[in-house]
Amino acid sequence: MIPPVSRLLFRHLVKGPHTDRTVTPPDPDGSEELARALGEAVRTRLGRSLAIREVDAGSCNGCELEIHAVNAPVYDLERFGIRFVASPRHADVLLVTGPVSVNMAEALKRTFIATPEPRWVVALGDCARDGGCFAGSYAVAGGVNQVVPVDLHIPGCPPSPKQILAGLLALLDSVSKR
Amino acid sequence: MMGNVTLLEFLSSGVPVEGHRPWPRFHLDNRAWRALVEQLSAAEWTLMAEWAEPGEVHAAFRDEDTGDIAVASHPCPERHFLSLAGVRPGAARLERAIFDLWGLVPVGLEDQRPWLDHGRWPSIHPLAAEPKPPPEEPYTYPFLTAEGDGLHQIPVGPVHAGVIEPGHFRFHAQGELVVRLEERLGYVHKGIAGLLRGAPLERAARIAGRVSGDSTVAYALAFARAVEGATGCEVPPRAHWLRALLAELERIANHVFDIGAICNDAAFAIMLAHMGVLRERILRANQTLFGHRLLMDCVVPGGVAVDLGADAMVVLPAMLRGLRKDFNRAVSLYNETPSLLDRTTGTGILTGSLAHRFGAGGFVGRASGLAHDSRRAPGYPPYDDLDVAVPDFHDGDVHARIEVRIAEVRASLLLLGQILADLPAGEIAAPLPKVAGEGLAMVESFRGEVVAWVRLDGDGTVLGGHLHDPSWFQWPLLEAVIEGNIVADFPLCNKSFNCSYSGHDL
Repeated sequence: MIPPVSRLLFRHLVKGPHTDRTVTPPDPDGSEELARALGEAVRTRLGRSLAIREVDAGSCNGCELEIHAVNAPVYDLERFGIRFVASPRHADVLLVTGPVSVNMAEALKRTFIATPEPRWVVALGDCARDGGCFAGSYAVAGGVNQVVPVDLHIPGCPPSPKQILAGLLALLDSVSKR
Repeated sequence: MMGNVTLLEFLSSGVPVEGHRPWPRFHLDNRAWRALVEQLSAAEWTLMAEWAEPGEVHAAFRDEDTGDIAVASHPCPERHFLSLAGVRPGAARLERAIFDLWGLVPVGLEDQRPWLDHGRWPSIHPLAAEPKPPPEEPYTYPFLTAEGDGLHQIPVGPVHAGVIEPGHFRFHAQGELVVRLEERLGYVHKGIAGLLRGAPLERAARIAGRVSGDSTVAYALAFARAVEGATGCEVPPRAHWLRALLAELERIANHVFDIGAICNDAAFAIMLAHMGVLRERILRANQTLFGHRLLMDCVVPGGVAVDLGADAMVVLPAMLRGLRKDFNRAVSLYNETPSLLDRTTGTGILTGSLAHRFGAGGFVGRASGLAHDSRRAPGYPPYDDLDVAVPDFHDGDVHARIEVRIAEVRASLLLLGQILADLPAGEIAAPLPKVAGEGLAMVESFRGEVVAWVRLDGDGTVLGGHLHDPSWFQWPLLEAVIEGNIVADFPLCNKSFNCSYSGHDL
């Protein structure tokens, strides 16, 4: 009997990968071009690799779900040389979500300090900008920029995978202008 | 008063509260509350949620024999109440949180350490009538200890590996063997009970949908149903059916991703890749049909915000057909990979008795023989007209929790087929009557039972509200199941529980 994993792999050989390019036609807002441009900018600045540490500083976990989606085969962020790492010490970028809760402010600061320079901070989602619908609570410090300096905001509640890709491109543009 | 007495008979010794719907609420004085604690040691009454307001503590119960549901409220002007944790261990953390937020002291609670309060907020007991000034230094948390030859500690978090919510895990390990795991949570506490107090209804509904992003439909639905209970709003039939459609789509999207992620933690990455593709198909259909990938703000008090277009009857059945086929393919991959089954079978066993003592719901309870599902009991429309299959397994290990998810995905796919076939026509929302009142609602999220309680005044302002996450009764069990397993199996166990940090920390 052929084991199912072989059947699955064979199917991929015949039908091609799940990645966006083949499954759906190019999008009107051109996520494909955008992704390619992202790859080039990364190459110039950081030699084809950008390492991201994600920090949930108080989010409802909606933003995390969409970050997972960017990593999944359909968007496959890693083909552009961008990957998520486990330690801030390996990271170039901190991707911070959520209104920063008072209980997480210290941990976020320490994670920022642990990230070697040059480092960039991306605030992901509407809450990360100004606290969103949680602003004004005794337990919320506010947007990410209340705690660590922010280089870029990616809007959305939560941002779609395409918005996340577009946001990382904007970051790279500002990085190369420095 | 021991012996065979039902929950309603017992609570009727208290004073019923006017305007609490659809289930009653009773005020219990000191003596009646004490009697309740005694009665709980013998009665089959499940604690569904426990919360407070300044000067009053509330507990919602379900009588497992009669199916009755009621809220017991205990005014405590002296700022202390008798703890339920001795008879309902799941209450321990809830009562620690009650002390942190409202300053009401649970008398007789063994563990008096702060829980959500890390000593960093601008005040102590922020939701009490008179909050106290903050401590000078954040608290140092005294972790429980373990002593013995060769024991060492592994501290993990709050910023821990991967794209995940923050929490701290303290392991005591002997070599690879976990002797004790202790969780410390509360890092993502956002003060939701405080935000709900005095919020206009629309804003409160938005916040309710963001208590735990992965269960946004379930939370929005629970909140909406509580509001509709409080105001006596009659929701049109089409709205009920659309709500169920949204809820089942959310359940499937979460379950398929969970199955993939658990296998990924056993280093079987192809499963995560495959399931990620299936999840993306659902999210894209959500975006096309309802305008939001995670379906946030689609359920509103009074009905639903978006109607299903005519194209849905083509898009959805086609998507579901493909999904069923590819899902079955993935399941056979799981079932026919012995090296993967070897990791999941017999790992992280939760005994039925422990699950029962904590009243654990969702896949955690159902993998250990507890087949409660609020879609069936107490039930809510339109599920009364549908066949809801609730799988239950008894092994209690990681494999069983995967099996529950697989069975639930299949059950939800069947439900979606029934919903699409019988979807009634008509209005999708009804105006909310402007009346004051209190409402309680239970909704089955993919993770278990979400409980919502709300008090409204006559002009559409929320005077108080509470949202209870099923994770409250699952997190403590994770500590129990990891004992005696190896450290490397913790991610596997943790993911198979997939408790919500945000929903728990509130």
